[in-house]
Amino acid sequence: MMIDHPILGPRDAEEFVYLGDACLMVRPDGMAADAAEAFATYLYARENPAGRHRELWFHEQGDQSWLIVTRCTRTHAIEKVELAQDAARAGVVGQ
Amino acid sequence: MKRFSGLRILAEGLTGNAGWRPHWRDAAPAEAYDIVIVGGGGHGLATAYHLAETYGEARIAVVEKGWIGGGNVGRNTTVVRANYLLPANQRFYALSLRMWERFEQELNYNAMVSQRGILNLYHSDGQRDAYIRRGNAIRFSGADAEHLDRAALERMWPFFDYDNARFPIRGGLWQPRGGTVRHDAVAWGYARAASARGVDIVQNCEVTGFDIQGGRIAGLRTSRGAIGAGRVGICVAGHSSRVMEMAGMNLPVESHVLQAFVSEGLKPCIPGVIGFGAGHFYISQSDKGGLVFGGDLDGYNSYAQRGNLPMVEHVCAGGMALMPMIGRARLLRMWGGVMDMTMDGSPIIDRTPVEGLFFNGGWCYGGFKATPASGLVFAHLIATGTPHEAAADFRLDRFARGHLIDEAGSGPQPNLH
Ligand SMILES: Cc1cc2nc3c(=O)[nH]c(=O)nc-3n(C[C@H](O)[C@H](O)[C@H](O)COP(=O)(O)OP(=O)(O)OC[C@H]3O[C@@H](n4cnc5c(N)ncnc54)[C@H](O)[C@@H]3O)c2cc1C
Repeated sequence: MMIDHPILGPRDAEEFVYLGDACLMVRPDGMAADAAEAFATYLYARENPAGRHRELWFHEQGDQSWLIVTRCTRTHAIEKVELAQDAARAGVVGQ
Repeated sequence: MKRFSGLRILAEGLTGNAGWRPHWRDAAPAEAYDIVIVGGGGHGLATAYHLAETYGEARIAVVEKGWIGGGNVGRNTTVVRANYLLPANQRFYALSLRMWERFEQELNYNAMVSQRGILNLYHSDGQRDAYIRRGNAIRFSGADAEHLDRAALERMWPFFDYDNARFPIRGGLWQPRGGTVRHDAVAWGYARAASARGVDIVQNCEVTGFDIQGGRIAGLRTSRGAIGAGRVGICVAGHSSRVMEMAGMNLPVESHVLQAFVSEGLKPCIPGVIGFGAGHFYISQSDKGGLVFGGDLDGYNSYAQRGNLPMVEHVCAGGMALMPMIGRARLLRMWGGVMDMTMDGSPIIDRTPVEGLFFNGGWCYGGFKATPASGLVFAHLIATGTPHEAAADFRLDRFARGHLIDEAGSGPQPNLH
């Protein structure tokens, strides 16, 4: 797979480390009354879709940036690549 | 069901082999069943068999979206073993290994159960100590484990690259009762035994929804029409999240692809099953002579049933570091399967919030060896409503409770288990 890095251009996916669903960027509030339940869901429950998946990749052997890659889990085709920090600033991580 | 025997092979051979019949009935779905098992892989078929044979249940169907044996039960590398560290896992897999030893006699089916032994290599002092500890835990569970030093290894496996500069081989943990089992025959054997006990095996029948009334399961919607059901057991492996979503559940599961490889046929050269301890590579030789080997997950969510090339290179590099003699064997075939990876690397066998709906999954890359025990304990749960003692820890709520069964100690990161 080739990941089209927004700054560095197309890079081999082998340069990256995969973390998982981009919902991991939306941490629950640890002080909320339902924090225990919210963290159990945050840590363990996954939608695990067959199709479009927004996911976190870390460019370990590159510029050390976190990317959000929108990829089809049925075909491995990559639709979109964003810098995670841009998505976080724009407030669109949890879609 | 006509029994198979040496005498029958002889008789058939003398009469033109005209008497062989299909091993099971390819049934059309009835309007309703007492129990419907979703998924005709090893676990679904074994569950149906034990429901009928061990728990005396009747009116049972297995519904499979493709053909039986087309999923992971026919895609795995056939290794069976019981060499886990944690009691919750080891208790269960030790039971499964004992059941493999009786499998062929009990089902009257040749599954080529081959207890050729499994060897896990270590390459450092720290790893040796960890393996010896694991070996002791295995022996406490009643299963077998032996520590072999380098001299003992050299007698049986002279071809290892013992003095590899990066990964010198110091010794290994050997489980003589581990080995391999012909995977397709496991699906066929359970299908035949279940069918003979009245179970309907319905192929090309995809479950597309649940009929849930007042919090209770009432039936299934399928590509072959609605089917009523008193109880439903889910055994869909890599598709667990997809199916359970239809019942409103998000599981602690990610689906990942795992690849397997087979070389051209060679004369017998590799005894036992061998696992490299310094990278992800394991290998055995099939009775046809092909070297059957595999390694790690590709590492990203996938339902594609095929992997990518970097993992091919990585796995082969592991093989070359361990036994350079395989370098000139040509790779003949490779394929991938979709793994239901859980957040702690261990399976889930439990009730669900929907009354009468039971879930069995999260088998990761190691559910083939679990097949007989999984069938037994899941049938127990469905028939009695209470967990079997060998699977009492495989609860779905263990994640929220913090009672994870994490052999690798790598936390909720499925691609590291
Ligand atoms: C490459 C590879 C190597 C492996 N090596 C080993 C090994 O050496 N040792 C080991 O112990 N394990 C191994 N495994 C793991 C093992 O194969 C699986 O854990 C195990 O087979 C899963 O259980 P199963 O047999 O019931 O799954 P499957 O055979 O996958 O059965 C699930 C069935 O459910 C069906 N299904 C899915 N959705 C629906 C639906 N909506 N409606 C109806 N049916 C549906 C599927 O079509 C499928 O047939 C390996 C797996 C792979 C892919």
